[in-house]
Amino acid sequence: MAEIHLQALAHSYLDAPKSPSDYAIREMNHVWNQGGAYALLGPSGCGKSTLLNIISGLLQPSHGSVKFDGKEVNQLSPSARNIAQVFQFPVVYDSMSVFDNLAFPLRNLGYTKERVTQKVNEIANVLELGDLLRRRANNLTADEKQKVSMGRGLVRDDVSAILFDEPLTVIDPHLKWKLRRKLKQIHEKFNITMVYVTHDQLEASTFADKIALMYEGKIVQFGTPQALFEEPEHTFVGYFIGSPGMNIIEVTIKGTAAVFNDTHVPLKPALVETAKAIASSNIKIGIRPEFVRVSDTPFDEGSYVATVLDVENLGTYKILTLSLSGQRIKARLEEDQRVPEHTAHVQFPEQYLKVYVDEYLVKGDEL
Amino acid sequence: MNVKIQNNKAWFLVLPVLLLVAFSAVIPLMTVVNYSVQDIFDQSRVFVGTEWYREVLNDPRLQSSLLRQFIFSGAVLLIEIPLGILVALMMPTKGRMASVCLVVLAMPLLIPWSVVGTIWQIFGRADIGLMGAFLNGIGIDYNYASNPMDAWFTVLLMDVWHWTSLVALLCYSGLRSIPDAYYQAANIDQASAWAIFRYIQLPKLQSVLVIGVLLRFMDSFMIYAEPFVLTGGGPGNSTTFLSQTLTKMAIGQFDLGPAAAFSLVYFLIVLLVSWLFFTTITHLDNKK
Repeated sequence: MAEIHLQALAHSYLDAPKSPSDYAIREMNHVWNQGGAYALLGPSGCGKSTLLNIISGLLQPSHGSVKFDGKEVNQLSPSARNIAQVFQFPVVYDSMSVFDNLAFPLRNLGYTKERVTQKVNEIANVLELGDLLRRRANNLTADEKQKVSMGRGLVRDDVSAILFDEPLTVIDPHLKWKLRRKLKQIHEKFNITMVYVTHDQLEASTFADKIALMYEGKIVQFGTPQALFEEPEHTFVGYFIGSPGMNIIEVTIKGTAAVFNDTHVPLKPALVETAKAIASSNIKIGIRPEFVRVSDTPFDEGSYVATVLDVENLGTYKILTLSLSGQRIKARLEEDQRVPEHTAHVQFPEQYLKVYVDEYLVKGDEL
Repeated sequence: MNVKIQNNKAWFLVLPVLLLVAFSAVIPLMTVVNYSVQDIFDQSRVFVGTEWYREVLNDPRLQSSLLRQFIFSGAVLLIEIPLGILVALMMPTKGRMASVCLVVLAMPLLIPWSVVGTIWQIFGRADIGLMGAFLNGIGIDYNYASNPMDAWFTVLLMDVWHWTSLVALLCYSGLRSIPDAYYQAANIDQASAWAIFRYIQLPKLQSVLVIGVLLRFMDSFMIYAEPFVLTGGGPGNSTTFLSQTLTKMAIGQFDLGPAAAFSLVYFLIVLLVSWLFFTTITHLDNKK
């Protein structure tokens, strides 16, 4: 059990990194609290697995430090850190039975025979491996093997944290859901810090209380699934979370309005002030397709006229692709909503309209 | 409907193999079988049944060299297999040093048997040999030409020097085939170095060890040239192994009948022991 603190942590696989793009992990400070269920979400190659291996100790960071409960553990091996990790592809010791596989970490720690049997049976019950205990591990199916792999991670109850590196990649979809639930239950039961790496936002939000979203070696936002959806702090968060992602439009500021082509979108004056203060020409506005209001008749005020390009029917909802002054915008329509045919009137409710300068969210009301 | 075409012409395609096997194995072997049940005088042959077999099996000279042979092969396996594994475990896994090690290890394997014997014959000489003279120089009384224990020690050391590389190279290739993920998982599972060896490396080495054990057993059981050059089988008969006894009998004394009988017994022993090793090792972990 431990609080994991990453301090000024950075990592490069190169010997002499120069530009920021040489770093797999760019300098970051982050705290994983004891007992939390976290997801580390991000696209392939953003450094998720690297970060996980640094926490577990399989990899030494090139800069900064990893602290467990305030104590630096950089030089400690995974076993000295007392951490458990489950890998993307199942690793089973195929010369042993399933029982011996699950008992392996416990026997290495010198548990008594009775305690080993008791713990193994307990975890086998949770993971529904009871019938397989006497089987040899090399004859199992891929998802049974991954359950054994996970079991080895979960069987010790004194670990600092359990790290999962996309553990459900090889699992059948219907089992995925079940195993995710199981992990959640285990987390609630044992109150162990868990960090779960995935590139699937659904998996992340069902498992975790808080999600750390990684992009290009940085954690660009750390928050609840809801916060990531409603208040994306980085344009990438907007783009990556949600399906389809946020509409992001490059604009210039004229007066108190964001302008693209010949469309003027009025913004909160406070936002405009902050954005101007940063003095950058990289300004974007963003709004989620769920929050774009669409109608086939003009709104009373502040609406724009757009051309309908495409309608995708996804069963319970429809995705509308619109062109507004040459800019493509997606809007999500509920099942019962009327679909505009050629031209649509759209409105961007102010509270959902976000402003990004240099890709980061500008918060007006903080001033 | 599936009509099976009766066509035995395909058998002709097997013919070349049959001929090859007949000339290379079956016919020579049957010649030996033939000799082993006959007494051959100048022009006439007399069928003697199992007489040669009885004579051979009761011959104390052969019995003692068979015993020596088993002790020698046992010692070779007991030393070379663990030592080979150890060397393979200690070898660097990548970089320039790995290739250097591989080349150095492969070198003894490339030297002809009789040359190895000659090298050690000189190397071990008590008067001028580097090892022999050195041992005597530091006060150890060592002379493989007069002391049977020293002769045994030298023959064993020579074989270990010559063939441990083979086991090491086999194990090295076996170790390289273990994915990194296993070591990572074991590291996470708090496995000690011994546990990693016992539960991860050794099981993965099983298949190469079968080959290693069989090759080393068969080769050492048939050893001839090296001790022949080194000690000539002496002092006395202390390092006379089976092949040498057999050669003396067949070529030195021209006792073709007993020599043939003994060849067959020899062949069957190698076959039987190899089979025992093979089945034991391959079934080792299926017992559970």
